Amino acid sequence: MQCDVCQTKEATVFLTQIVDGKMQKVNLCEGCSKEKGVNDPTGFALADLLLGLGASQEIEKSPAAQKCPICGFTQADFKKTGRLGCSNCYTVFADGIAPMLKNMHKGTQHTGKTPAAFHKIREHDEKIKALQDKLSKAIEAEEFELAANLRDQIRQVEVEPAS
Amino acid sequence: MKFSRIIANSGEWLSGDGPNRQIVVSSRVRLARNLRDKPFPGWAKKSERLDVMNLVKQAVEHLPEMAESYSENLEALSPLEKQVLVERHLISREHAAKGVGSAVVMNAPQSLSVMINEEDHLRMQAIRCGLQLDNVFKMINRVDSELEDSLEFAYSAELGYLTACPSNVGTGMRASAMLHLPGLVMSDQINKIINSVNKIGLAVRGLHGEGTEAMGNLFQVSNQTTLGEAEEEIIGRLNRVIEQVIEHEQNARALLAQRKAITLHDQIGRAYGLLCHSYSISSKEALNLLSIIKLGIDLAVFPDAHRFPVDELFIETQPAHLQKGAQVVKMSSEERDALRATIIRAKLSQVPQPDIARLRLATPATTENQ
Repeated sequence: MQCDVCQTKEATVFLTQIVDGKMQKVNLCEGCSKEKGVNDPTGFALADLLLGLGASQEIEKSPAAQKCPICGFTQADFKKTGRLGCSNCYTVFADGIAPMLKNMHKGTQHTGKTPAAFHKIREHDEKIKALQDKLSKAIEAEEFELAANLRDQIRQVEVEPAS
Repeated sequence: MKFSRIIANSGEWLSGDGPNRQIVVSSRVRLARNLRDKPFPGWAKKSERLDVMNLVKQAVEHLPEMAESYSENLEALSPLEKQVLVERHLISREHAAKGVGSAVVMNAPQSLSVMINEEDHLRMQAIRCGLQLDNVFKMINRVDSELEDSLEFAYSAELGYLTACPSNVGTGMRASAMLHLPGLVMSDQINKIINSVNKIGLAVRGLHGEGTEAMGNLFQVSNQTTLGEAEEEIIGRLNRVIEQVIEHEQNARALLAQRKAITLHDQIGRAYGLLCHSYSISSKEALNLLSIIKLGIDLAVFPDAHRFPVDELFIETQPAHLQKGAQVVKMSSEERDALRATIIRAKLSQVPQPDIARLRLATPATTENQ
């Protein structure tokens, strides 16, 4: 098993911690465990380590040369500031941001307020999703006539303007 | 409206009334919003920042809530004036460090304030007295909805409101309550409480937020996470925790009065003596002693009529308020400490000596002024 921090050496230190009722595991090599102060289990918070990892390393999963076309922000800038460049960066660096958000927050899907202009878009998306669920059930039940019908409905809804 | 008029009146959150007023000083809800596809303030060029500021400022000034308001660009404010706003919790310390391209708009009762180009394009907050996070959220939520008509906010169906720092994404909301917990501090229970509140994903901070020291036995409790829960759920969770902390504080006070009565009487008497007779006092010492006087008022050792003047001293004795009040641009810390002592002596001379015989514990019926 590889070390989660350097991702090169063999992991020899295995840590498990319960945070907010969820189990989190980290595997470290000898060198990295010393560097992170894992030798002293009382002064060590797995969450801190995970958040630290999240901020600096996760975003590197996005291709190195990637640049936000709207604001010119790069992942190197994120490493420096810990802030993003503009709202579009969330799309550009989505793959790197997602695991970080998972560590930081209670969930990964927004369930709170929606601007009024987005209500219609959300309703539209939900309508498509409901139809897709029905479609997979129909296929599972081998009701192909119904499935074909649902597929046509989805196509139709998809081309309807959202707002 | 002029800055001097804002300064002349204490904010509604200080002078007003609200549920659980004795222990919960104030409730505050802040929302972070950004304009779609515009660089966040920390990344924007000066000209881009100015464009966003002008656009946002105009939209905010036209809100019905801001019919009577104070609105200013940050470069037009002196460092002292900015610090006064920080001490009143109307702008953040980070915002006070900004200059050209940032602005602040607030309403006359100082219950609503909007920071433009802080870390996000908009940081808007509502603040009220006592424990009323639901009302405060409703207030700021309405402002947010009204602004939607004129501004296009950065929002994604998956991640919610998009913010400069990923830690605010989702609701963009930070709800917090300022708690006065002398009982828990005096009985050495505060760390236990802080640890257990932290464990359930809420943050406990000092007087002026992140990284600040707890002074005057004042602690801010707020939500840590913003994504994956609706605003009402976050506030519900906070309310439940705060209600428990209030209960612990009341129990701690009751225990102190029963088992450590002499220590409690001694602390109140000494705080009164020191404040009445000191000729030089630091901001920290003043806050810590005023906290004990405030506890004395809660316990009826001092007449309730002195509650507001004492609460006011918490703000008036802060460094920038002292200096602004004295209309002196430059003041050494020795001069400030002397002036602080003078102001406190003058106000406390109106407060009669502690009457320990009157010490009475607040029963739940008297603490909830609902």
